[in-house]
Amino acid sequence: MAELSAARASPRITACGLLRALPPIGRYVLRGGPLVMAAAGSALGLAISPTVCRSWVNMNRAALCLGPDEHLLLGPDALEIAGVLEPALRDLPHSLVDVSHRQTALEISGPHAAVALNAGCPLDLDRAAFPIGMCTRTVLAKAEIVLWRTGEDLFHIEVWRSFAAYVSRFLDEAAREVAF
Amino acid sequence: MLLIECPYCGERPELEFVYGGQAHIARPQNAPDLSAQAWSDYLYQRDNTKGIHAERWRHTHGCGRFFNALRDTTTDHFIAIYKVGEAAPAALKTRKVAL
Repeated sequence: MAELSAARASPRITACGLLRALPPIGRYVLRGGPLVMAAAGSALGLAISPTVCRSWVNMNRAALCLGPDEHLLLGPDALEIAGVLEPALRDLPHSLVDVSHRQTALEISGPHAAVALNAGCPLDLDRAAFPIGMCTRTVLAKAEIVLWRTGEDLFHIEVWRSFAAYVSRFLDEAAREVAF
Repeated sequence: MLLIECPYCGERPELEFVYGGQAHIARPQNAPDLSAQAWSDYLYQRDNTKGIHAERWRHTHGCGRFFNALRDTTTDHFIAIYKVGEAAPAALKTRKVAL
């Protein structure tokens, strides 16, 4: 049991520099209608709209639209996000859930990043089909992830904490095969 | 791999979806007055169509939304995808799809 807990504790990254674990950040899941999204957007300084699979970035804050009424909000400080949103959304029916500790972030980079991801994810990651700024919830091997293209050859991966070791090992192995 | 077109996210691999059973089954308004047989039919009896079937799907590992689809059960071909609450496109219900 102790071994199992240790395996779940943090991502394991050994090889090839393609993959790295990102430091902890604040995360919220915001659900609500278009009015909620507009109010949250103006409070956070992000021009968010209910356009599925698109993201908005302003300084170090980001909003990822995962579904027609669902946004994943990322920022350096969870309490600060809540402090900004609470007064703005007080009169609107919505759900705002702190998931900062539910998931952890990985980043995979380099010209072979998409190939490594495609070892476990059947999405079309060509730049035409999956442009910079596109984000989606999807599956990687046996785990659910949120995949977000933040640059030409740069992907941000949000994964539930207990899957992080599995996902990072899987990607590590896939990356080792393509990165030489 | 089968590609299914989510009405919100576009074409996605079938791995991201779960099947949600037959579509357009409305709960009877007069449930307390129904006979045991009628209630059992509502709960358990489903079409076993060979051909075009209206069914629910959920984009579980994507946007999480339910939607409806017309699928030919003999060819696995998706003929139409439409959102929950919309009527099935009538003209397509009897269309034959050649492989």
